[in-house]
Amino acid sequence: MQEIAQPDILQVVLTGVIFMAGVGAFFGVGLAQAARKFAVETDPKVEAVRGVLPGANCGACGFAGCQAYAEAVAGDRSVSPGLCTPGKADVAAMIAKITGKEPPEIIPMIATVFCRGGECKAARRFVYEGVKDCRAAVLVSGGDKACGYGCLGYGTCAKACPFGAITMDSEKLPVIDREKCTACGVCVAACPKTIIALTPADKKVHIRCSSHDKAPVVKKSCELGCIACKMCEKACPEGAIKVEDFLARIDYAKCTHCETCVQVCPQRTIEDQLDPSKESAPRIKPPKKEGEENGAEKPKPAEVTAG
Amino acid sequence: MLKDLATIFVASAIINNFVFSRYLGLCIFFGVSKKMETAVGMSMTFTAVMVISAALSWLVYNLLMLPMHLGFLKIVVFIGIVAGFVQGADTVLKKVNPALYHKLGIYLMLITTNCIILAVPVINADEKYNFLQSITLGLGSGAGFSLALVIMASIREKLELANIPKPFQGMPIAFIVTGLIALAFLGFSGLIAV
Repeated sequence: MQEIAQPDILQVVLTGVIFMAGVGAFFGVGLAQAARKFAVETDPKVEAVRGVLPGANCGACGFAGCQAYAEAVAGDRSVSPGLCTPGKADVAAMIAKITGKEPPEIIPMIATVFCRGGECKAARRFVYEGVKDCRAAVLVSGGDKACGYGCLGYGTCAKACPFGAITMDSEKLPVIDREKCTACGVCVAACPKTIIALTPADKKVHIRCSSHDKAPVVKKSCELGCIACKMCEKACPEGAIKVEDFLARIDYAKCTHCETCVQVCPQRTIEDQLDPSKESAPRIKPPKKEGEENGAEKPKPAEVTAG
Repeated sequence: MLKDLATIFVASAIINNFVFSRYLGLCIFFGVSKKMETAVGMSMTFTAVMVISAALSWLVYNLLMLPMHLGFLKIVVFIGIVAGFVQGADTVLKKVNPALYHKLGIYLMLITTNCIILAVPVINADEKYNFLQSITLGLGSGAGFSLALVIMASIREKLELANIPKPFQGMPIAFIVTGLIALAFLGFSGLIAV
């Protein structure tokens, strides 16, 4: 369109070829020079560590993503190679090998939901019609659950999980996929009720309640809440369970999976996550009378499960 | 002169907004408008690259290609110029300003072969703009794209919490919202009487 006089076609082809070659050569040489002149000396260890890391950028290590952690762990002697929780012990060992640091001892952890009060077990105080997000719901006088400590069930943790390990079941309770969970702790931070905590992955018996309310209050709001009856505390042959502030808690270092507490708990609060069939489910259906008998039942001999 | 430049700026930023009126750059538009932080970072990088590549390609086009009767090669050459410039900027930035590189680095690569970045030099060539006008078009287009991204990011951050029917969650609702904003931008079409 801007040609004034139609130039010789051969001439155009020739200048075109020369021009394109010139542009190519200019950028080629220019970029090569720039790459050499502005080369950033990167530690080869950083690349190696970066290759080993899972690349989920979950931030569990405390750094802004995998790249930042790789740079920190390769450059700084004081940064432990074991900070990548999703990578577990394998990754830690590999990073330790690359950076020449001592491989740390890693206890595999998993996220555990300390609430069992699902939709049909725990009452709601009012009808919440706001944004379907726990962090929003909790702003309305602590959420709509009758239990002030319970899971609100709007799935904020499931949305937050970078590994897709959390699903909400039909009871509107989060279910943790043991295969997918890497214990990165994102859900722990996301839950406004601090119901989720990281526990040792080989410990499978949990007291799944977070309520510090007294027994009558718990009974009114939830079928499965801890009423601090201390039956588990008394029954535990290892002395691993302590009731403090109206809530039983297991000292995981002492727990041997004997499952005495699972069978003794009148509220079915204590759950064996790997084998739910062992809990006191059949006995709880006619609730009170049978529950009293439970205490007299002789506890199962403590069996140590290899972790 | 100044009025002319202002007209080009407003026209490219609002009336002929690349995203809402010309439907260009949609992949980046939908890709980075999920979060306000990335949207702002992308906008800044985009505008900077757009202005510089408009200037560079104007120089090459008017000083080299037109005298050599090579106007027909403009698309190929512009792609090369933009890609080369972005790659060069990437390399230099990494060394000179690592902090800025960490902020913008990921966006730079996305920009390399973006259609808006290519559209600006092509429009400049077709409209036979002079140097200042070309830069103004680049700046205006960048401002328009930033505006689109920021509007979209702020809406999509709200959409995250809205109760949207399942089939519409994610991309579908984003497309519908874009269509509605495009309709609104149609209202600007009579702003400047040419």
